[in-house]
Amino acid sequence: MYAYDELDRTLINERVSEFRDQVKRRLSGELTEDEFKMLRLQNGVYLQLHAYMFRVAIPYGTLSSEQLRRLAHVARKYDRGYGHFTTRQNIQFNWIKLAELPDALADLADVGIHAMQTSGNNTRNVTSDQWAGVAPGEIEDPRIWSELLRQYTTLHPEFSFLPRKFKFAITASEHDRAAIKVHDIGLRLYKNAAGETGFEVLVGGGLGRTPFIGKTIKQFVHGHDLLSYVEAILRVYNQYGRRDNIYKARIKILVHELGIEKFAREVEEEWLQMRDSALAIDDAVIEDIRSRFTYPAYEQLPHMPDELKKAAHDPHFEAWRKNSTFPHKVPGYAIVVLSLKPVGGPPGDATADQMDAIADLADRYSFGEIRVGHEQNLALPHVARRDLPALWKALDKIGVATPNVNLVSDIIACPGLDYCSLANARSIPIAQELTRRFANHDTANLIGRLHVNISGCINACGHHHVGHIGILGVEKNGEEFYQITVGGRADEKAEVGTLIGPAVPYGEVANVVEDIVEAYLALRARPDELFIDAVKRLGVEPFRERVYATR
Amino acid sequence: MPLVRGGKIAADAFVHVADDAEMPDDGAILISAARFLGEAEALSRRAGRTGVSWPNDRDVDDLVPWLDRLAVVALVFPNFRDGRAYSQARMLRERHGYRGELRATGQVLRDQFVFMLRAGFDAFEVRKESDAEAFAATVKRYSVFYQPTGDGRITALHRRMQLRHSENAGQ
Repeated sequence: MYAYDELDRTLINERVSEFRDQVKRRLSGELTEDEFKMLRLQNGVYLQLHAYMFRVAIPYGTLSSEQLRRLAHVARKYDRGYGHFTTRQNIQFNWIKLAELPDALADLADVGIHAMQTSGNNTRNVTSDQWAGVAPGEIEDPRIWSELLRQYTTLHPEFSFLPRKFKFAITASEHDRAAIKVHDIGLRLYKNAAGETGFEVLVGGGLGRTPFIGKTIKQFVHGHDLLSYVEAILRVYNQYGRRDNIYKARIKILVHELGIEKFAREVEEEWLQMRDSALAIDDAVIEDIRSRFTYPAYEQLPHMPDELKKAAHDPHFEAWRKNSTFPHKVPGYAIVVLSLKPVGGPPGDATADQMDAIADLADRYSFGEIRVGHEQNLALPHVARRDLPALWKALDKIGVATPNVNLVSDIIACPGLDYCSLANARSIPIAQELTRRFANHDTANLIGRLHVNISGCINACGHHHVGHIGILGVEKNGEEFYQITVGGRADEKAEVGTLIGPAVPYGEVANVVEDIVEAYLALRARPDELFIDAVKRLGVEPFRERVYATR
Repeated sequence: MPLVRGGKIAADAFVHVADDAEMPDDGAILISAARFLGEAEALSRRAGRTGVSWPNDRDVDDLVPWLDRLAVVALVFPNFRDGRAYSQARMLRERHGYRGELRATGQVLRDQFVFMLRAGFDAFEVRKESDAEAFAATVKRYSVFYQPTGDGRITALHRRMQLRHSENAGQ
């Protein structure tokens, strides 16, 4: 965990008091809605279909139990008793009243959380691997650098009014769980031949109506130069990014229009003029940040304790253990993923009671720490393997032990037309129907790893482009239709999915997904050939045929 | 539109001269970039002080040769969502060493004051009277800054290092 100091606390309190003044000026009419809009967005407040929506940042996906309890409190006191975890390590509350927002922010500030820059045309919450610091084989904890970037991007005086939103993601593992290739800046931490820590820097990835996979702008940027290099990218973008058309304003379009070589030259030229400025980070500063991350005092524990051997006779426990627990870098411990995708439920939602219960379980079994992943699930990152049976019982009781992690019913979805004023179509009911169709765990397990992503409009908040099966809601003559893609992925081999054919009506979507899955089961070379690998080998044609032969 | 200069509402000594208006021989004037560049040599020999209003989509490099003869550079925020002039301001101050008045014009609200000060602005043509009056209070709103800029405010990272050194020294 990163511990806020007096300076961090002061800054967020100052931000809360500024926002209190802005809300007061809006309510008194001193600020017009047009003026207020940008200011509220920079504090995470959207105007949705029914009410204001409030988005709170969970930087690099790490929460303490105290912070999670406070999120539960906000859900209970200011909202309708639940929150929605998003694909970018944020939580959203959907029913907040404008006049109460400053109080909600002040309550959050008490425990070091905030909503700064969770929307608006600025640098957004810096996201990272939700297993940072505990994943086996990780090069080093990427959250040290995420925190440096969090501070650097917070209230930046030059880059708070960019052409469009701007998102960073960092990974330090070979397997990319942070989707860095679909971010404006993606950072892959590694050590060069001299053993120095640095980053491969990718730029211009993103989804939305024009999806692009990020391109490498520089193969190795030394850790000392990270902030100056990032500042050079942001400065070039701030000056030359398009502002005439909102749909062409992301950095991906600038990179595409200039070409990566020319863009890289512009950045390099800018960077060389300031790499030795006050932005250069020396080792003492890095160590200072590192020293404020605390790590659990792990015990020496057996890999196969008696408790686990005994519980192995329970098939329900075993199904969950095999599906939802993952290797930890410390022997005797496990990473436990909590599925927020119950059968028939909206993906990523948690009630205040669940959040409180999870916070208590984190205190008891995970050194008081919780993680939030872009798949809209939670994780307890430091669970002793001997505690798994007891933890499972407790998780099952509160409904977050569905053994469907990474399976077809572990769906990523945006809020869609049920909440969002931008949406063309509903997402949540599609996800709910799919979880019912694939409720049988044995079937889902037989299918294996399969990511389904649903977006209710072209803005792609459900990341449909990078779903193994992607579902995009569109509107045709006042009716909801859905385009289906296959073959997308968001990891280190990121790719944009391919459309299989004409859009299908709302009522047909679940049938189409079932057809695609059946085609895959019939065509896969071996039981362990994953869906995504089968699509790569076969192309989309067999899936297209299967889906449209009878439609 | 009130001008805030030196932290207070002040009279604007500079007359805005349109591109087609006659140029006064003396007195302080503020003119467009196009007009200035068209006769920069002659203008920089004027008896009165000269200021130029520089658009936010033109490279400030073009202005660099004349910086030491300019009394004011006015940068433009066509609306407050357009942040290009923040970059221009930092380049002028931090890279090109401009020391004259750097004025923020256009849609300038109190909510930008701290950002603008940090970027190097020291004069503000403020849209609303109430915002201009709130200047002194507003700029005191923040006491912690994460980023180093040319304004000399010490960053949180460096304050922590100083604290650490003084703790070590005391041991």
